[in-house]
Amino acid sequence: MASDSAFKRLPANPADAVEIWVEGQAVTARAGDSVAAAVLAAGLGPTRTTPVSGSPRAPYCMMGVCFECLMEIDGQPNTQGCMILVTDGMKVSFQRGARDIPECSA
Amino acid sequence: MTESHYDLVIVGAGPAGMAAAIDSARAGLRVALLDEQQTAGGQIYRRVGSPALRDRKILGPDYYYGEKLVDSFQRCSIDHIRGASVWEAEADQLCFSVDGGSHRLTFDALLLATGAQERPVPFPGWTAPGVMTCGSAQIMFKTSGLAPAVPVVIAGSGPLLLLVACQLVRAGVPVEAVLDTTPGSHYREALAELGGALRGWRYLLKGVRLLAELRQAGVPLIKNVRQLQALTGSDGQLERVEYSHRGRRYSRVCKTLLVHQGVVPNVQLSRSMGLEHFWSEQQQCWLPRCDLWGESSMAGIYIAGDGGGIGGALAAELQGRLSACAIIHRLGRINQGERDEQARGLRRQLDQQLAIRPFLDRLYRPAAEFLHPADETLVCRCEEVSAGEIRRIAGQGCAGPNQAKAFSRAGMGPCQGRLCGLTVSQLIAEVHQLPIEEVGYYRVRAPIKPVTLGELATMAPQSSHHGAGEVAEK
Ligand SMILES: Cc1cc2nc3c(=O)[nH]c(=O)nc-3n(C[C@H](O)[C@H](O)[C@H](O)COP(=O)(O)OP(=O)(O)OC[C@H]3O[C@@H](n4cnc5c(N)ncnc54)[C@H](O)[C@@H]3O)c2cc1C
Ligand code: FES
Repeated sequence: MASDSAFKRLPANPADAVEIWVEGQAVTARAGDSVAAAVLAAGLGPTRTTPVSGSPRAPYCMMGVCFECLMEIDGQPNTQGCMILVTDGMKVSFQRGARDIPECSA
Repeated sequence: MTESHYDLVIVGAGPAGMAAAIDSARAGLRVALLDEQQTAGGQIYRRVGSPALRDRKILGPDYYYGEKLVDSFQRCSIDHIRGASVWEAEADQLCFSVDGGSHRLTFDALLLATGAQERPVPFPGWTAPGVMTCGSAQIMFKTSGLAPAVPVVIAGSGPLLLLVACQLVRAGVPVEAVLDTTPGSHYREALAELGGALRGWRYLLKGVRLLAELRQAGVPLIKNVRQLQALTGSDGQLERVEYSHRGRRYSRVCKTLLVHQGVVPNVQLSRSMGLEHFWSEQQQCWLPRCDLWGESSMAGIYIAGDGGGIGGALAAELQGRLSACAIIHRLGRINQGERDEQARGLRRQLDQQLAIRPFLDRLYRPAAEFLHPADETLVCRCEEVSAGEIRRIAGQGCAGPNQAKAFSRAGMGPCQGRLCGLTVSQLIAEVHQLPIEEVGYYRVRAPIKPVTLGELATMAPQSSHHGAGEVAEK
């Protein structure tokens, strides 16, 4: 859900606009944004819930250390959103609890 | 490029790694530099080659100083492997992951220039969405031109705290307050280190200027803040910060709380390699044991920059160059006399850069409430283990961090102890009344970043050779 707790864009040098899909919603980002930055700029989140208590979490360090920005990016679960740059048409969903382990059919 | 063997492989494209790469390449070594970022610069000069913010005044000259370094780096013949996470390193080879595939490189010498991470800041409520680190705000400035949601409050201790506050003000973001958690007694204790601080007067002056800038902007700077707590609203988002000041409790509305308690070396790789580390009482963190050239306890493996001990960006650059001197000599391109001659000037400059450290380390040593958090505070964010739980199992006889891992799962989550490791060791040392050195640290094992089985499968021995070449890019 979008809220007023969004990061705001400051006057910036020119860069391409990149459209990504976050939880099914179209979001316009800036080329060079990490997925986590784009999500925060759109005011979306929390970006994951914990496997233990289900409490909400959002990016904390933005430098690959805390793993609070885990999301499912283009079908890959448990991906650090702060370490991946946006690309056109990218599909992002939030990580809820632990990742699903694909079932093995015997 | 189809190489997979290099004279020198460097991990980390911050000032230390870039400076070492430039000197080594100029001396004729075949150099590969890997970094998990897509652009060179490290933490301080992140994206300086193509900065997002239009107004150069916001980040200031210390940031744009990096332009020259990045430019020289890009002009040298160095294989810069971008977006590459190094997840395992040994005496003569390492493995890294790029674009969902893993590859291996071999080398004659390795330089770890993996820099620092912010010290974890455990306090009640620090896991709430909306609580972020000061460094994260800078990263958003540098890479996206994004300013945090207002109202913003900044809390903690250290030079970066004041710098970020000023950068926000320059960007026109109103800062509600800076809550300085530095205990009052630290000012008196730091005076004992004033001699060194005066030799590093440029840094003192910078600090004074930042304080003046905040005062002029009318940002309240509240000193001696204690018992910090973040509280959430019904939507689970951060809503308020509470703190004590001179015996009274205060509450402020905020959407973003930026916290900071200094930076500590990123020792995941050096730990996983089994290199020797020791506890630095001065910096309150673990440091790899290195000689004057940055050579670690394993021959041919060097460490430069903040990864070997916090010294700042200019010191990191000089340390990178010193290690390069030693490596170039080791690989037979210069003799010992030439090495020592080149090193002399570098060492003189390095001493000057480091003169201020004892003063800063003393002054900004984190307050006890962050090093030994209260029982209800979560210390392991991933597995949601509280300080009280660690104290309880320590009291029941758990002797060290690795046992604590098994008993409580602290340190077993995706961050692999990066955010709880220091605190867990501190808490166990506290309960057993032992020096932290005796308690030790988590055994860090490769892969230091999660790698999927599918990715490991792409590393079959035959494919590893051409693998590296495909991603190498000049
Ligand atoms: C968030 C943050 C913000 C900071 N801001 C400032 C500031 O504004 N001003 C200031 O004076 N100082 C700042 N500092 C301190 C400053 O970063 C250091 O003094 C300086 O950057 C140290 O340089 P370095 O070369 O040792 O490491 P860094 O610049 O930290 O570079 C290390 C590099 O290694 C890479 N790396 C680490 N591990 C791996 C791995 N396993 N695989 C691949 N790559 C890896 C990282 O991506 C990074 O690019 C900041 C520190 C942090 C953590
Ligand atoms: S926000 Fe910390 S790892 Fe991404």
